[in-house]
Amino acid sequence: MRLLSRRTALALGASSAAFTFIGLSEDASAAAKEAADMMAKFTGGKTVQQGKVSIELPEIAENGNTVPLSISVDAPMTADNYVSDILVVADGNPNPGVATFQFSPLSGKAEASTRIRLAATQNIIAVAKTSKGEFFTSQKLVKVTIGGCGG
Amino acid sequence: MAEKPRLKLPTEAKKGEVIEIKTLLPHIMESGQRKDKDGKPVPRKIINKFICEFNGKPVFTANLEPAIAANPYMQFHAKVEESGTFKFSWTDDDGTVTTAEEKITVT
Repeated sequence: MRLLSRRTALALGASSAAFTFIGLSEDASAAAKEAADMMAKFTGGKTVQQGKVSIELPEIAENGNTVPLSISVDAPMTADNYVSDILVVADGNPNPGVATFQFSPLSGKAEASTRIRLAATQNIIAVAKTSKGEFFTSQKLVKVTIGGCGG
Repeated sequence: MAEKPRLKLPTEAKKGEVIEIKTLLPHIMESGQRKDKDGKPVPRKIINKFICEFNGKPVFTANLEPAIAANPYMQFHAKVEESGTFKFSWTDDDGTVTTAEEKITVT
């Protein structure tokens, strides 16, 4: 890199920035597809019902670097009927996967909170799997003012 | 290197009570998406797994992706039927495991 003149370096920088921009817009639709693939893999093609899952997120996230997220599922959490897994995906991030939570009857409540990064305005989708093999899903749109993936 | 995790949970509870547990591990959670000033990608380095066990039985597990914010914070619940020990562990991409323990007395 040291051999490059300042002018060439700048020109290179500008062109790579342009490529990154195009790359990002392709990534967005690719991410949505990848998110759908992840969910399909998680459910194994079973029917997914809407509801039971609630997602708590700010409507507008000013800073995408740390967005509080809380997921809860309306479930009894007894030994024979509990939520075993929750998959969380963000369909507009460079990597759509956010987290997978695994619960047990010892969890008491099917509820988890964390803080996430969001690159842009997008949908957060949660899919819950119960011990009986049922699937429930819900999604929420979150508006992001400043993206949080270092872009 | 490995920083000390922060835990918040009660030290006493009634039998059958559902308690709230909050954990936080100071960690950079480098997403692998960022570039340094020379334009080289900064390698991914995140906590990819968090596990909470009570007396050896699983309570809560989270598989984490780069979309988890720096200093991974986890809040969840546990139903306690007996006195015992909660064990927490965080696994880094480089294989480092940070662990913590907390005792609870159940009456």
